[in-house]
Amino acid sequence: MSLGDSSTELKKVRGLGSAREGGDHWIGERVSSVALLLLGTWLIASLLLLPSLDYATVREWLRTPLGAVPMALFVITSFCHGLDGLKVVVDDYVHEPGNNFALNTLLLFLAAGGAALALFALGKIAFGGGA
Amino acid sequence: MAEQRERPLSPHLSVWRWGPAMTVSILHRISGGAITVAGLAVLSWWLLAIADGSDAYADFAKLASEWFGLVVLIGLTWAFFQHTLSGVRHLVTDAGDNFEIGANKNSAIATVAGSVLLTALLWFYILGGAK
Repeated sequence: MSLGDSSTELKKVRGLGSAREGGDHWIGERVSSVALLLLGTWLIASLLLLPSLDYATVREWLRTPLGAVPMALFVITSFCHGLDGLKVVVDDYVHEPGNNFALNTLLLFLAAGGAALALFALGKIAFGGGA
Repeated sequence: MAEQRERPLSPHLSVWRWGPAMTVSILHRISGGAITVAGLAVLSWWLLAIADGSDAYADFAKLASEWFGLVVLIGLTWAFFQHTLSGVRHLVTDAGDNFEIGANKNSAIATVAGSVLLTALLWFYILGGAK
């Protein structure tokens, strides 16, 4: 039984059982890192294998399914993984709860906006008409 | 929240002799931050330029091939390789391996050697092929 402020943190939680959750962020960061290992290798290999990096070549490549689809996955996964990583840095160095919440929210908005912008550009390349 | 008490802190950065593992640890953070903020900005800008048309792409390519553009791109390439190799090293320790002092130290040095080598190889290939 908790004795209020006079009891230690351990005394307050002992006997309540483990939450059996809470590792989602840590696990998610590792899962996206493995995905980016594959997608990053694909991106570098693709850029090296393209005959040239001029406008027409790059645009044609991003209009094919094997160019546009992995690129969309790379954009989504890298923005998610980058946001996960920056959150760890913010949580490590910004301890005041209000500032921590504000900064993490700002980073979430920037990441969501950036990813949406990049995906819009990719969609315009892949589905847009003209040459 | 309860009142903030001053918790005892482990005396760290000022008293430990600087070593490869500490260097690679902080490089993981710095390189991760760099490729998230600057890397994703460049990626989004590149996609937007392609979506915008050949004139916008030419502007991007011109800036990217100036000396300061190359410094940014080569720097981001190194940060990408450093973060990737260091990330693989993290996955190994997450799985419970590579905690022996000698092996851990050697793998830390290997990530830096590998990232410098891969960056050099990639950019010699790109700049050599462009001529």
